[in-house]
Amino acid sequence: MSGARGLSFYLLAGFFALYVAFLYGPMIGIYILSFQGPDGGLTFPMNGFSFVWFRKLFAGGGIVDIGAALRRSLALGAVVMLLTVVISVSAGLAFRKRFRGAGLLFYVAIASLIVPSIITSLGIGLEFRLIDDLVKLHGPGWLSEQHTTWMGLFTSGLGSHLTWTLPFGLLIMFAIFNRFNPSYEEAARDLGATPWQTLRHVVLPIILPSVIGIGLFGFTLSWDEIARSSQAIGEVNTLPLELQGLTTTVTKPDIYALGTVVSGISFAVIIASLVGIRLVQGRRR
Amino acid sequence: MALVFAFFFILPLVLVVIVSFWDYNEYEMIPAFSGRGYTDTFEGCVAQLPELCTILKTYAKTVKLCVITWALTLVIGFTVAYFLAFHVKSRVWQMALSLVCTVPFLTSNVIRMIAWIPLLGRNGLVNQGLQAAGVTRAPVEWLLFSEFSVVLALVHLFSFFMIVPIFNSMMRIDRALIEAAYDAGASGFQTLRHVIVPLCKPGIVIGSIFVITIVMGDFITVGVMGGQQIASAGKIIEVRLNALQFPAAAANAVILLAVTLMIIAGLQRLVDIRKEL
Repeated sequence: MSGARGLSFYLLAGFFALYVAFLYGPMIGIYILSFQGPDGGLTFPMNGFSFVWFRKLFAGGGIVDIGAALRRSLALGAVVMLLTVVISVSAGLAFRKRFRGAGLLFYVAIASLIVPSIITSLGIGLEFRLIDDLVKLHGPGWLSEQHTTWMGLFTSGLGSHLTWTLPFGLLIMFAIFNRFNPSYEEAARDLGATPWQTLRHVVLPIILPSVIGIGLFGFTLSWDEIARSSQAIGEVNTLPLELQGLTTTVTKPDIYALGTVVSGISFAVIIASLVGIRLVQGRRR
Repeated sequence: MALVFAFFFILPLVLVVIVSFWDYNEYEMIPAFSGRGYTDTFEGCVAQLPELCTILKTYAKTVKLCVITWALTLVIGFTVAYFLAFHVKSRVWQMALSLVCTVPFLTSNVIRMIAWIPLLGRNGLVNQGLQAAGVTRAPVEWLLFSEFSVVLALVHLFSFFMIVPIFNSMMRIDRALIEAAYDAGASGFQTLRHVIVPLCKPGIVIGSIFVITIVMGDFITVGVMGGQQIASAGKIIEVRLNALQFPAAAANAVILLAVTLMIIAGLQRLVDIRKEL
């Protein structure tokens, strides 16, 4: 580790640059291709430049109702984001003290992250199917007669997304509190702050940038989630599920246009969060 | 939080195990004990010996994809993390470059998969390039919808899961240890081999667990990039589900879960995850 930059630095920098190109190259490719002219196909070269595929996308009449799927995904993403932030922060605070079952809960959270998604999804799907059967057979008359299913976007779908976002939220909270200096809290207590005041005016402002980060993860993970939703979402589909369905049938660049729109929203959320974090950090100085 | 996990994670898993022992017919499941989900899955396995039956072949293929992807993500992840941790000196640049690696992870996986189509397709850029350079006359067919494209996409999608834990481990290495190794006369490679790699082991193991479990259960990447032609462990479950054979799907899920847990148990012996955060 001498100060001068040797050959190895340039080799590794080159490798890194290649990796970044590998990460972004293909994506940029389809963003460009989504502006294909009306006669353009799925591959390069470009045949003119137009917004024709975007117009087609929003004009509807295609195979799926993109607008509705988009709204569903946005709504679900927002709810998942909110719940992830609230639950992760409270759990993070709780984990700072030892409590009964802390170890167990931690391992369950990790397990939820690494058990293959399709199994979780299948389980939730089965769970709701069985509940529905039970209600139909044994529920009270007013319920069982018209009951169809409780499986849906904001029941089973929401639950399946939370099993994916909460572990990430919890891990981020752990990372924060491992680096958190408790003397700030002690100082607040010494100055006569109540526990709630300490939390509100001392702890939360310090962890706020990371909390925004958790929100960002919550939204984007939900926004792009497929595997867990696949069996648990019920009758309607979210946008990524529609997109996956389209990959086998569509042969026109409108799928790229949809991809560009979906990524655009992802990027908008990422940039908004980063700006938010910068603002919060800037205010502190 | 405990409630959410109990209702949407533990209970579903228990139900999967229970349902895997139920009987089923063409259109519904029957709550009676039966091993049919399992026997159907392994149908013909004993009769065909020593030839491998479909299910074992599929698992062998899944494990193969898994190992290739794991090896590639490990090499890429380690190199990228090494560069970020030891060669990028300024804090700001380190943050910025890690962010560059994180952003794609937060965008849609399907889009990142279909993004390969214009590159690898029959008339894609790679084939155009190869033909223009005179390397091949006819377009190369195995670039897309093949095992090659599946592995490529898996590495593309999931190397992030390897970079982050390894980077995290590397950032905790006391720089004085590396100085000491140099002062003791170790070459750059010796330092890497005997100091850095052992100290990064927790990160490597955690990253490996992520990559292996994701690839083992994956059915979307295999479906999309394999042109729905390649079988994998996750894909079997999906196919069974589409046929509404829930107990059979559940039985496959239990098998997959057992295989995955065995791999993790093996890796877990090496590190304690909780200590490494």
